[in-house]
Amino acid sequence: MARTLSAPVTVAFDYTRSTGPVLGRFLTGLRDGVVVGARTSSGTVVVPPPEYDPVTHQQTTDFVEVSPVGTVTSWSWVPEPVKGQPLDRPFAFALVTLDGADTPMLHAVDVASATDMSTGMRVQVRWAADRVGAMTDIEAFVPLREDAPAAPSPVGTEQAAPITGVVTPVSLDYTYAASPEESAFYRGLAEGRIVGQRCPACHKVYVPPRSACPSDGQPTSEEVELSHEGTVTTFCVVNVPFMGQKITPPYVSAYVLLDGADIAFLHLILDIPADEVRMGMRVKAVWKPEDEWGTTIENISHFSPTGDPDADYETYKNHL
Amino acid sequence: MAKQPAAVIGIGQTHHRAKREDVSMAGLCREAMDRALEDAGLTLDEIDAIVVGKAPDLFEGVMMPELFLAEALGAAGKPLLRVHTAGSVGGSTAIVASSLVQAGVHKKVLTVAYEKQSESNAMWALSVPIPFNMPVHAGAGGYFAPHVRSYIRRSGAPNHIGAIVAAKDRNNALKNPYAHLHNEGTTVESVMASQMLWDPIRYDETCPSSDGACALVIASEDVAASSPNPAWIHGTVMRSEATSGAERDQVNPQASRDAAAALWKQAGITHPIDEIDMAEIYVPFSWFEPMWLESLGFAEPGEGWKLTESGATALDGRMPVNCSGGVLSSNPIGASGMLRFGEAALQVRGLAGEHQVDGARRALGHAYGGGSQFFAMWVVGSEKPAS
Amino acid sequence: MRDVAVVGFAQRQMEEFDGSPTCVEMLVPLFAECYEQTGWTRKDVGFWCSGSSDYLAGRSFSFVQAVDAIGVTPPVNESHVEMDLAWAMYEAWIKIQTGEVDTALVYAFGKSSAGVLRRTLAMQLEPYTMTPLWPDTVSLAGLQARAGIDAGVWDETAMAEVVHRSLGDAERNEYAVRKGASSVEELLARPMYADPLRKHDCAPVTDGAAAIVLAAGDRARDVRDKPAWISGLAHNVDPMSMGTRDLTRSPSAAAAAAGADVDGVEVAELHAPFSHQELVLRRELGLADDVAINPSGGPLSGNPMFSAGGIRIGEAARKIWSGEAAKTLGHATSGPALQQNLVCTMEGRA
Repeated sequence: MARTLSAPVTVAFDYTRSTGPVLGRFLTGLRDGVVVGARTSSGTVVVPPPEYDPVTHQQTTDFVEVSPVGTVTSWSWVPEPVKGQPLDRPFAFALVTLDGADTPMLHAVDVASATDMSTGMRVQVRWAADRVGAMTDIEAFVPLREDAPAAPSPVGTEQAAPITGVVTPVSLDYTYAASPEESAFYRGLAEGRIVGQRCPACHKVYVPPRSACPSDGQPTSEEVELSHEGTVTTFCVVNVPFMGQKITPPYVSAYVLLDGADIAFLHLILDIPADEVRMGMRVKAVWKPEDEWGTTIENISHFSPTGDPDADYETYKNHL
Repeated sequence: MAKQPAAVIGIGQTHHRAKREDVSMAGLCREAMDRALEDAGLTLDEIDAIVVGKAPDLFEGVMMPELFLAEALGAAGKPLLRVHTAGSVGGSTAIVASSLVQAGVHKKVLTVAYEKQSESNAMWALSVPIPFNMPVHAGAGGYFAPHVRSYIRRSGAPNHIGAIVAAKDRNNALKNPYAHLHNEGTTVESVMASQMLWDPIRYDETCPSSDGACALVIASEDVAASSPNPAWIHGTVMRSEATSGAERDQVNPQASRDAAAALWKQAGITHPIDEIDMAEIYVPFSWFEPMWLESLGFAEPGEGWKLTESGATALDGRMPVNCSGGVLSSNPIGASGMLRFGEAALQVRGLAGEHQVDGARRALGHAYGGGSQFFAMWVVGSEKPAS
Repeated sequence: MRDVAVVGFAQRQMEEFDGSPTCVEMLVPLFAECYEQTGWTRKDVGFWCSGSSDYLAGRSFSFVQAVDAIGVTPPVNESHVEMDLAWAMYEAWIKIQTGEVDTALVYAFGKSSAGVLRRTLAMQLEPYTMTPLWPDTVSLAGLQARAGIDAGVWDETAMAEVVHRSLGDAERNEYAVRKGASSVEELLARPMYADPLRKHDCAPVTDGAAAIVLAAGDRARDVRDKPAWISGLAHNVDPMSMGTRDLTRSPSAAAAAAGADVDGVEVAELHAPFSHQELVLRRELGLADDVAINPSGGPLSGNPMFSAGGIRIGEAARKIWSGEAAKTLGHATSGPALQQNLVCTMEGRA
């Protein structure tokens, strides 16, 4: 049996995060080339500072500057870095207790191989050239060199304004796979056919077909070739543009109940002014040129009025 | 075995805004939680369990955020749950929290629902394109607008009913210091004149996108005994149906009707419009008020719009709806359901301030989500329910 | 408290599921198995609850379509947690305890292969200071493993022994994705993968789904001669920070065990996706040396995200049904380095 259809999808957004005062203080410090921790109610200096005290649950206020030099307390090797990690060559993630802090922070250590790592080794911050107030202002830790200066290059310390927000880009790649029933539907579309499937229990014809008929939980199985004509049950006129939109407004987004189907699906109505579209209007699928077809419902460019008299309300009122 | 009595003894919410840039996610939750705890006269350490609710993780870009929030929310060392039932989540989260007390497992449960959707963009998060499909989908408004059209056709309602709801809710919000929108001067005329977004839904008939949180403290009978004004939980119901069942009624969904029937039965209510003093109903697009009034049994099918038109649902009407300003005035999606439940509780505790309905003793909190398919509702009352 | 038992369990695990991320196609036959085991139809189920994650699927509301697999005409009493099956089961157990329903079917699914799991799980971390570094779940587990090695609490031999036993036991598990290991020496001879972890110390990335059926009182007795009666069910959580925790411990696991009923447990299915974590859990749950651990092969043989914890409970229940054990334990975990834990103890009696 052919595999199900799949296609790549990227889910990406640059999240704009407001930090609040505690993380803001920490990130401001990083921008200014300083690592800031906080002393909790039990007297422990924690880096990064916790937003709320673990015991009193009050917001943290007792900030402490710590050294950019510290000790590795644990580490693990990353042989195959993934996108977004601090380095694109093998490196170590480590817990580093900076001098002046009582607990370690998590970051990367840039060394050539695992044999260069050891619990107890001394490391120092390597600052990013351009610091913006983000965790990545620390590019990585490196083994401490006695001759190396610990102070960062003074960049941006003229900016007095504290950090209140940070942008975190997130981009995740997925392979989206359709179900076997959906795949059959899309493959049908690639041949210019609209093929629904009937549920064996309730006998309703679903388009697109379902891995489980929502009423009965049974897979729809029997293929039913559907007409390319149908009725507009209900619709709206989309006037508003929005992020990620593909079709330019204003456009009519309508539920089309194809003859022979028991469920309507959303599609576009064109070839008629939007304000003349009405419930019950008879429409027909308008296909793109065959050489533009793929395994997608977009092979149907839109639905167009047939000019036939409107369907009687009784015939579609149960599909609203 | 009967449910053990449970009551809301603390309610807190944030000042809802388009962007709460002054707080982190933890700060947003704690603002609501700290107010609820103060109201309840309890500290975080005295809480037995915490239940977090919020809508899709893509909104804030954090997977299972209750895990990173555990310490900030005072949940470390306690049982922690996170509920997600789409838009009804704020309501279902409150129901899960009540169940913990009604089951006799915990005595003091804190529940918080939040959304900090300004960290991304709500329409984007709801409309990530699915391969092989037609990207006709135009966000939540684009989804519901065709069904609003169906309601208008089915009921014969005049065109201005939605505007009556919008003007009412926006003016009610002026009396709610926490509401996001404080739009002065909203009238039926001004709403009708606003831009048509997804015909037949207009701009001023549409909920805003808000950052916000709501928290409740739910307690057992013996703990509630020391509260001056607990809101006793008289009934809770959840019902779900499929997004695309053939011949599904999207205007008056079966799951909604079933949920309401089960809820009234639990609460011993036979004539909702007479026995419920006010309702906080999930109305993100104004026309949902008459639609839900019918589905819930406050009006006969086709008659809900008459109730709205008559002024019955106004603050001084026979059955006030959404005195807080409702979802139309504040919509942090994950929290909105809990805000409905919480505002209903505020009313029967007499704590709703300027938007208080005088003498409210029994109130409905209602939430829905998905493609009008997930329903969560509760009835709260100032008297302990007769078991 | 009402007497509630696990009376049904079905699972599917595979390296890569050829189908939609909502996994409806996988759920339909699982439900059919549950109905077969219990003699029920969907109308006998009082409450439904599912566990899953949008980020695994790459879409908002990814659990919604899975509801189709239930057959929701008439509408159902249903809920969802963005958590492992074990916590969906917890919500259902609570629902039964309120008296509102007598039966429940809980299910979970996850298609990890739809994305890159090592990146996806970086989204489960603190978003301001952790996720921007994209720490992957293997690296975080590795930090914990090394902490124990450095402290002398365990060593790589002890870890290899866990793997050897698990993969050997997995040979008898038809659902296992990874099985077979000749000897501890052979395992130790294999190269390091993510020092201090070798590949076999890490659970394989697995797609899958599972379902568990709960019933109260006589409803349970009608279905099974030996229902797996839940004698204890508790869960707890620790702070996430990798810096402020003692990574060789898991206080929330100990708290969950204290809230359950661990005395006399003969078989324990532990959700330890990394070999050293079994060693942590044995200690925190207070398991005696003669307790049989993960006879199914455990997560090291297959770890479908969002059902793996519930599968431990299901596997532990099966031992009761078969009469092989009179008291068993199923454990589930979530979050990095055993941050959140749930313990379910079950006993067999009439």
